[in-house]
Amino acid sequence: MESLSFLMHIYVFVLAIFVGFELITKVPPTLHTPLMSGSNAISGITIVGALLSAGMEEFTISTILGLIAVIFAMINVVGGFLVTDRMLKMFKKK
Amino acid sequence: MKILIELIYLISSIFFIFGIKNLSSPKTARKGNLYASIGMLLAIVVTLFDQHVLTFEWIIIGMVTGGLIGTVMAIKVQMTGMPQMVGLLNGFGGGASALVALSEYFKITPAITTDTGVAIVLSLLIGSVTFTGSLIAFGKLQGIVTGRVVKYPLQHPLNALLVLVVLAAGAYIVVNPDMPEFLLMIVGISLVLGVLLVLPIGGADMPVAISLLNSYSGIAAATTGFVLENNQLIIAGALVGASGFILTMIMCRGMNRSLMNVVLGGWASAGIEGPAAVSAAHKGTVKSVDAEELAMLLDSVSSVIFVPGYGMAVAQAQHAVRDLMNVLEKKGVKVRFAIHPVAGRMPGHMNVLLAEAQVEYDKLYAMEDINDDFPNTDVAIIIGANDVVNPAARHDQSSPIYGMPILNVDYAKTVVINKRSLNVGYAGIDNELFFYPNALMYFGDAKEAMVKLANELKNL
Repeated sequence: MESLSFLMHIYVFVLAIFVGFELITKVPPTLHTPLMSGSNAISGITIVGALLSAGMEEFTISTILGLIAVIFAMINVVGGFLVTDRMLKMFKKK
Repeated sequence: MKILIELIYLISSIFFIFGIKNLSSPKTARKGNLYASIGMLLAIVVTLFDQHVLTFEWIIIGMVTGGLIGTVMAIKVQMTGMPQMVGLLNGFGGGASALVALSEYFKITPAITTDTGVAIVLSLLIGSVTFTGSLIAFGKLQGIVTGRVVKYPLQHPLNALLVLVVLAAGAYIVVNPDMPEFLLMIVGISLVLGVLLVLPIGGADMPVAISLLNSYSGIAAATTGFVLENNQLIIAGALVGASGFILTMIMCRGMNRSLMNVVLGGWASAGIEGPAAVSAAHKGTVKSVDAEELAMLLDSVSSVIFVPGYGMAVAQAQHAVRDLMNVLEKKGVKVRFAIHPVAGRMPGHMNVLLAEAQVEYDKLYAMEDINDDFPNTDVAIIIGANDVVNPAARHDQSSPIYGMPILNVDYAKTVVINKRSLNVGYAGIDNELFFYPNALMYFGDAKEAMVKLANELKNL
């Protein structure tokens, strides 16, 4: 049964890639830099896994790795969203 | 509780999708970024309620530290330094994904199923390559590591060998999970591989490298999602992976090169035989003008197109260009900007700089939207761009840039080229445009040159 659930994850992955292609092709070139930094922040979603590791009951090597991962992912998330907002604020029309 | 958490992950994924959807227009883009960050906040908060999260001191320390560093970076970075910033952020994302996969391995070993084992190995490989590759890209953009194309002996066989070793060790781990030494070896080799893969890529190819690393950081998050069996990581990672991949392809098309050619460190090597012959053929007379003469010319025209390139970013000339634009517009001149897809060091680099200088985005045109207008334009002013306006790309089959889409600046009535010298561009070839009868060279640092020109024009 386990390989069936793996297959379900593959389903989700493939469908999400199609959604991604549909969405991204509509982003105009003028917004490509904010797109990169914004999507970059989204890839910081790996923080979810980092929190699960850093918050374990016992302190093990996994906790340490988790802690570093939380720091890295937070830099990515906070830095990414803030800098994207800073850029998008500047885009003005006449 | 578990079902509630999963549902909120789903809602968070929907926020991400709507966030990216709103990036389809500058009007809604800021709202889109807000949606995406709300999605992230939801995911983080709900994870803290997971039954596996029992202690909070490390989480708090990590979040505060990372949050502070991220905030400082985002506030301090200059707009011209944006490619470095994005490069660095890619690296942290990839590194975090690899760390999570490694942590998960130590948590569950040796009870690791084949699926999870494969996912762990892939996540470590992609995440580690993204991490060191991005650090090298950052170093190159920042000028710490050389921006040149770096060649080393046995480059391709060596990299191929390293990938094979990683895959072999990975296959072994999947069968015998209780071998942490092998796993650490995979991490070590992958880290080295990231350095070796990005080191050969030259400065002007950075738009491709940064986009590709962006894609990798997404794929790393997705593979970590497979490790943790978490759909949200898979969805978000897939979205980012697709985004980076599309940008990579747009950049490659903008240079008329295959992804392989860029990744393997191509262009400059292709141009090695070419330059001598080309430069001999086109050495003619170059007409040079000073600010006063140019101001007189511009005083009597009705349309101008600016063509910015990396040189504008280096000289931080975007504000001076904006001032010149204002003077021209006050005189009733129609001013537009033509942006080549690979101008600068990352996708959209020029647009961000000009937005910073308060040039309205509806004056910025993509190559395909403005290229047919050059014949009806009085003056095209090129600021720090070179290869992307070289007409040799259209007709000279021996040129290394032959076939690359270029901006048709030479069709304008007059082309003004602002450069510091007659030096070659990134592709290492002469630009025949400089010797065209309708071309005028306006030598000098971009910023000083634009300030001087604007002042002369104001005084007329």
